[in-house]
Amino acid sequence: MKITLSWLKDHLETEADLATIAHRLTMLGHEVDAIDDPAARLSSFIVGHVVSAVQHPNADRLRVCVVDTGGDRVQVVCGAPNARAGMKGVFARAGTVIPRTGLLLKAGAIRGEASNGMLCSAYEMGLSDDHEGIIDLPTDAPVGQPFAPVMGLDDPVLDIKITPNRADCLGIRGIARDLAAAGVGRLKARPPVTVPGGFASPVGVRFDLPGELAAACPLYAGRYIRGVRNGPSPAWLQKRLLAVGLRPISALVDITNFFTLDIARPLHVFDADAVAGDIVVRMCVPGESLEALNGKAYELEGEMTAIADGDGVVGLGGVIGGQGTGCTEETVNVFVESALFDPIRTAATGRRLGLQTDARYRFERGVDPASAVAGIEAATRMILDLCGGEASEVVVTGAEPAHARTFVLRDSRVATLGGLPVPPEESRRILETLGATVRRSADALEVDVPSWRPDIEGEADLVEEVLRVHGYDAIPVVPLPREHAVTRPALTPAQRRVGHARRALAGRGMVEAVTFSFMPGGDAALFGGVGEALRLVNPISADLDVMRPSVLPNLIAAAGRNADRGFPDGALFEIGAHYADDTPEGQVLVAAGIRSGTAVERHWTGPARPVDAYDAKGDALAALSALGAPVDNLQTSLDAPGWYHPGRSGVLRLGPIAVARFGELHPAVLQAMGVKGPVVGFEVMIDAVPLPRGKGGHARPALTLSPFQPVGRDFAFLVDEAVSAEAVLRAVRAAERKLLAGVRIFDVYRGPGVPEGRKSVAVEVVLQPVGATLTEEEIDAVAARIVAQVAKATGGVLRG
Amino acid sequence: MTDLEPLRDRLMAAVAEAADLDQLEAVRLQSLGRKGEITERMKTLGGLAPDARRAAGQQLNELKDAVAEALEARRAALQADALDRRLAADRIDVTLPPRPAAEGRIHPISQTIDELTAIFADMGFTVAEGPHIEEDFYNFTALNIPPEHPARQEHDTFYLPPRADGTRLVLRTHTSPVQIRTMMRDKPPIRIIVPGRTFRSDHDATHSPMFHQVEGLVVDRTSHMGHLKGCLIEFCRAFFDIDDLPVRFRPSYFPFTEPSAEVDIGCSRQGGQLRIGHGADWLEILGCGMVHPKVLANAGVDPGEYQGFAFGMGIERIAMLKYGIPDLRTFYESDLRWLRHYGFVPLDVPTLSGGLSR
Repeated sequence: MKITLSWLKDHLETEADLATIAHRLTMLGHEVDAIDDPAARLSSFIVGHVVSAVQHPNADRLRVCVVDTGGDRVQVVCGAPNARAGMKGVFARAGTVIPRTGLLLKAGAIRGEASNGMLCSAYEMGLSDDHEGIIDLPTDAPVGQPFAPVMGLDDPVLDIKITPNRADCLGIRGIARDLAAAGVGRLKARPPVTVPGGFASPVGVRFDLPGELAAACPLYAGRYIRGVRNGPSPAWLQKRLLAVGLRPISALVDITNFFTLDIARPLHVFDADAVAGDIVVRMCVPGESLEALNGKAYELEGEMTAIADGDGVVGLGGVIGGQGTGCTEETVNVFVESALFDPIRTAATGRRLGLQTDARYRFERGVDPASAVAGIEAATRMILDLCGGEASEVVVTGAEPAHARTFVLRDSRVATLGGLPVPPEESRRILETLGATVRRSADALEVDVPSWRPDIEGEADLVEEVLRVHGYDAIPVVPLPREHAVTRPALTPAQRRVGHARRALAGRGMVEAVTFSFMPGGDAALFGGVGEALRLVNPISADLDVMRPSVLPNLIAAAGRNADRGFPDGALFEIGAHYADDTPEGQVLVAAGIRSGTAVERHWTGPARPVDAYDAKGDALAALSALGAPVDNLQTSLDAPGWYHPGRSGVLRLGPIAVARFGELHPAVLQAMGVKGPVVGFEVMIDAVPLPRGKGGHARPALTLSPFQPVGRDFAFLVDEAVSAEAVLRAVRAAERKLLAGVRIFDVYRGPGVPEGRKSVAVEVVLQPVGATLTEEEIDAVAARIVAQVAKATGGVLRG
Repeated sequence: MTDLEPLRDRLMAAVAEAADLDQLEAVRLQSLGRKGEITERMKTLGGLAPDARRAAGQQLNELKDAVAEALEARRAALQADALDRRLAADRIDVTLPPRPAAEGRIHPISQTIDELTAIFADMGFTVAEGPHIEEDFYNFTALNIPPEHPARQEHDTFYLPPRADGTRLVLRTHTSPVQIRTMMRDKPPIRIIVPGRTFRSDHDATHSPMFHQVEGLVVDRTSHMGHLKGCLIEFCRAFFDIDDLPVRFRPSYFPFTEPSAEVDIGCSRQGGQLRIGHGADWLEILGCGMVHPKVLANAGVDPGEYQGFAFGMGIERIAMLKYGIPDLRTFYESDLRWLRHYGFVPLDVPTLSGGLSR
């Protein structure tokens, strides 16, 4: 909200300077966003006395003027037709920046005559579009002084952020009251105005609201004023409205805007001659419409509060008036409205119609319920003063809703909640200056809250008022007491291992990304799709319309963008949720990653290698290991979901539980997303990995080191193509549990020497003797068991 | 047997002249081999008288030892030469680059969460979490934001379709619902922070439809605004790593706190460059306040017995300020160049003992 300093001083008697007022406002909770101080901005433009003005010897339209600046005399060349000796104008010395153009004024010569400054036009000063001539200041303007005060341009404008709870401060008086409480001055008394009515209002007001909707408009005060002259409002009023960003329209309209800003009391003025019969406050009937004052037509709905006459809706309560009954230059008789409208309904109406107005802004935050009659009286006074006319009696329909509220502020509470011991007398002073009526009880204050402060709802609010006015700066800083001398972990084991997985994946060269939790519905369909429950009603754009069923598509899309930028090789991962359904349990925490392009780049030590499923499997295993999964016990099944390549993907399981899936992404999925392959990826379902059971301590199992050398033996098994490497390894492990220290596949071979449809799987087995060095016979016995077990489990035979 | 001197001279010369190990071996065979000259001489000893045999044998043995020693010395020298020559020929270009090892990065959001977790852990906070898809009750109503409250409109909420019972879920607009969930689950005293994803339907240069917040909640019998100030001043100074960072508390309004405050930190904007620290200006970084009695009551905590404070701030915002990241939207674009530049190496785990940030 914009206010001017002089308008504020209408309500506040203060000697404080602008900076102090702005600072105090901010520290009262009314953050000053911007200050425009034209006096400071225009201080280098001074009143100059044109001592002489003679025809330029070399130019018909130019004059050579000598300007007395109060200190020296400066020659300027001026093209204005009104430049003349003896006048006073706005002088800018060379070196000044011209407001309109932003150009630096330079000393120089114009057609051979020196010009060391400028006599400015209103256009150049950014004050108006009039560039017919230079500004002609009054003859008594003080030479050498800044010109802005002379023209009344020295009223600083403050742009203040009023928080939504402070409807009272949407009027300048509310702001002044807060400043007065904070000691920045004294709130000027404004005795209530009463204008006696000379006749009964020919326009009546009637409520036609069903009982349960009575709160839509609890009170409507109206007044007929006849014989007004509506023309432009006086200069002081126009200047004020302009300064705070409102366009002056006519005296009657400007008066309503004045009170909206001055005391946060929205008003409306109807041209009474355009109103058919009485005013009826009722609900809109669906199908009705309103040509509003802003020139737009609105279709009305049954939930909206109508101000109607015999012909139909003439205004929307608390939001906007109708064009047909608005005031014009020809208006002679008016009907002034000062009413109360339900905040919620007003907000809903405005929202529904996409219509924000100064009235709605105030009504939806809460207009002082006691202000309706006082407002209409004050407005009447100003209308009679500025437009003449004769006022009727005030028509009041409905009643002021009960607004009296009393809360107790315990003497100790400012200290125990606010941390600042404020003497109760000071609390009392603050609350009384804010408009409360305060009574003393044994150990507390009983506070009657003023009608304009609906935001105060309890003791905590009273504490805030005291602290806010006293100043948050005064609250002593107290360290939070430590519960433990030594810091305890902030993370649970389940949370901590997520960090391990994150840093393990980054340690493998992957780059962490954070992508949106939503994604294009079309792409989501490629990843199993989402139910209706996960489709946003109001997505930010059509391609961010569903909650993601997998983290992969966002990463794949990112890889595509990176490739388009010229970086086709990348390894991205993200740890975040995907959404199986709309329940908390359906939010699944996943570590997912992709690798695209080449895994090993072209290098002088060897050729490039494209990414393959084993890269993704390695990433998945690394993440699982970091999460504490027993990776040696994992089993691989071949039922990865459809977005993976059906022949090059797998699911890693602990028993029946799928903890991860990995593989090449399905080429059709990549093609649909417009991303060039190969891309491999993995998804680790973090919470599916069981947490290692805490065994009450951090001790590791005892370490027994064998003094005997391990023995290695190699086997090459011929197995059918369909036999998985995992089956061979499992058979080897099953054959020898005690001595087996390691088993590793070091070659898989197909080709000459191996029959069609079979493959040779070469396995290195390491045996670790425990009690004594193994004899050849013992080793042979183990080898025989291994061969037999592989044969039994897989049908494999030793390759001859 | 006085003719050994010429033999010695010849053999020693042959040893010295052997140019490589093969020639040296030939000399060895020629002298000490089964048919070598010294061996052959040895064989003749048997025909001598005992005294002469002893004397000749002694001389021959001396010669044999001397030749063997010379052969060994020459072998060592030749081997060393050969190694030197081989190594000289084995030279590689050590200026060639090694095999590449990819280096990963931690996203600035994760790193910032780890940093602020380290700080708040030291003040006794634990980390709580909650669902992104949230019930209206937790996101709004329990937080004293009734359905038609103007503040609810300002939240730019994302909605999910209405359910059979007419209620509709929202994407949480802040991390505050976790306050409610925590208070309904745990008994005070409570000290939690809640870092996590939040969602608002707003997208422009300074707004993203998804962003991260960290919420804080302290509930006990005695914590007041002085503690709130103490807690947050410590946080700001530790996070921005400026011991005397100016921190200002300004009254403000949030439906879920009373009294409420916004917190500004000192900064300077001289020369168009924003610098955190002492300066003429203030920069708002977070909102906070004492938990509203209605919020406590809504979450089943007796406001007559318990009180506390809450705060919330944008994680991207404080990361941008600390690390000089100019544009919010770039956080989510997954541009590898950006991630490499603003990301953190995985070994940079923030700790208070080792320092939060390099």
